[in-house]
Amino acid sequence: MSGSVLSDVPGPRAVARNRVLGVVTILVVAGIVGFFVWRLAETGQFTAQKWSAFTYTNVWIQIGQATGRTLAAFVVAAIGALVLGFVLAIGRLSDHAWVRMPFTAVIEVLRAVPVLVFMFLLYYGLPAAGIRMEPYWAVVIALIAYNGSVLAEVFRAGVESLPSGQREAGYAIGLRKSGVMRLILLPQAVRAMMPVIIAQLVVTLKDTALGYIITYEELLFYARYIGSQAALGSPIVPATIVVALIYIGLCLLLSLVATVVERRLRRSSRGGPVAGANQPMQEVTDTELIVTQRARGRNGDRDLDGAASA
Amino acid sequence: MGVISDNLDVWWEGLLGTLILFAGGGVVALVLGTVVGAMRVSPVPVARAVGTLYVNTVRNTPLTLVFFAFAFALPPLLGLKLTAPVPLVLAVCALGIYTATYVAETIRSGINTVPVGQAEAARAVGLTFGQVMTLVVMPQAFRSVIPPLMSVLIALLKNTTVAAGFSVLNLGSVRAYLSERGENQLVVILWVAVVFVALVLLLSWLQRSLEQRWRVAR
Repeated sequence: MSGSVLSDVPGPRAVARNRVLGVVTILVVAGIVGFFVWRLAETGQFTAQKWSAFTYTNVWIQIGQATGRTLAAFVVAAIGALVLGFVLAIGRLSDHAWVRMPFTAVIEVLRAVPVLVFMFLLYYGLPAAGIRMEPYWAVVIALIAYNGSVLAEVFRAGVESLPSGQREAGYAIGLRKSGVMRLILLPQAVRAMMPVIIAQLVVTLKDTALGYIITYEELLFYARYIGSQAALGSPIVPATIVVALIYIGLCLLLSLVATVVERRLRRSSRGGPVAGANQPMQEVTDTELIVTQRARGRNGDRDLDGAASA
Repeated sequence: MGVISDNLDVWWEGLLGTLILFAGGGVVALVLGTVVGAMRVSPVPVARAVGTLYVNTVRNTPLTLVFFAFAFALPPLLGLKLTAPVPLVLAVCALGIYTATYVAETIRSGINTVPVGQAEAARAVGLTFGQVMTLVVMPQAFRSVIPPLMSVLIALLKNTTVAAGFSVLNLGSVRAYLSERGENQLVVILWVAVVFVALVLLLSWLQRSLEQRWRVAR
């Protein structure tokens, strides 16, 4: 799509050159894939013995349980992060500096600390202070803290991107500050930021895999376990492939939800993109920026289609 | 402060490990990401498809899984011996390959933020594809790419800690070394967090100053 923005409709020479480039791309990709297939075959990864682990019902039941533990951490972390995000965002949007400042500081610190370090703090650090917790809670609390602070910035950016007339109209009809926020600003902000919010939830799902490092028995942990069973031929490569497919499938499913939601929001006239809500924001995370810019890029593509057909 | 001053050797090696992972991963990510980003805007349909497939697959894979594959599945596959530099190289590759997708998306959306009229006007005055890119689109895209690219690099810096789970020395693994020396783990981890907050603040300050210097005037 964007190719047609940057270059003219290809003439005979450009078509020939593009074909050559296409063939080169195919050859390079085929070379890389072929190399890995050759190495897989050479090291005997296609033999029945390496895959024998995955013929047992029990193994699949345990994979299911491990997936369940991954999802259990994700669901609780996602809900907690959304709640924390709202609380932090409202605190940061406060009119009183003595409320705003501490919330801003908390958000900045939580965003700057790597999730894994936070998990270490909860799982290895707190016992020194006499608090012990299951790996599950270390994973969930760390994910809530990090993603909650990121979502708080998303909500704030959503509220601040709304036209100031919305807030002023709310006050004009006699609403209090809480009413303006709850009835007018937040619903629109959430709607405008829906794709970003779901993208951040995908990040949450991906980050549950960090639990492997602090011995939370999720999918990767199980892959490591089954991959080191010498009786089954140490099928670490097949186990990695199986687990990767599950993870990618789960994340793609969630990303698909994001795309569907985004498309429905754009289609419905009532909930269309809120006016001015797509402005580039200050101090946003990479995820937010990429998503908002992708949305803008798509709009650009659509304009281009309109221009091409006109 | 005793935790730091008594164990300067471990802290120094940890910081060095983080910086090596950051620099190495950053170089791999920038090179690979630029290639993939260019593929995604190229007029060659096959290249676009390959670029899209790569970005969509890797972005939906947890970084821990990428590390897992590089640390456990790749060595037996390629017959690698896990002697001194190999785990570090594998970790740098894992970080680079993961971050490259974000770099590619940033570059692509940066190119897409340049108004269509700019490229059209450039083509209307007879510039070739190469000239359109180097003289008109790239200079503008570069400016709008810098802030999100810095965000990607900040995320990369934080992601280097994941290597600690796969026995590559960095700030994230300082905890394990110092717990063997009987230090209070809570204090050690809090100091690690402080170091990261400082490094991230440094990078965001750099981001803001670069952003102000290269603000796009439109």
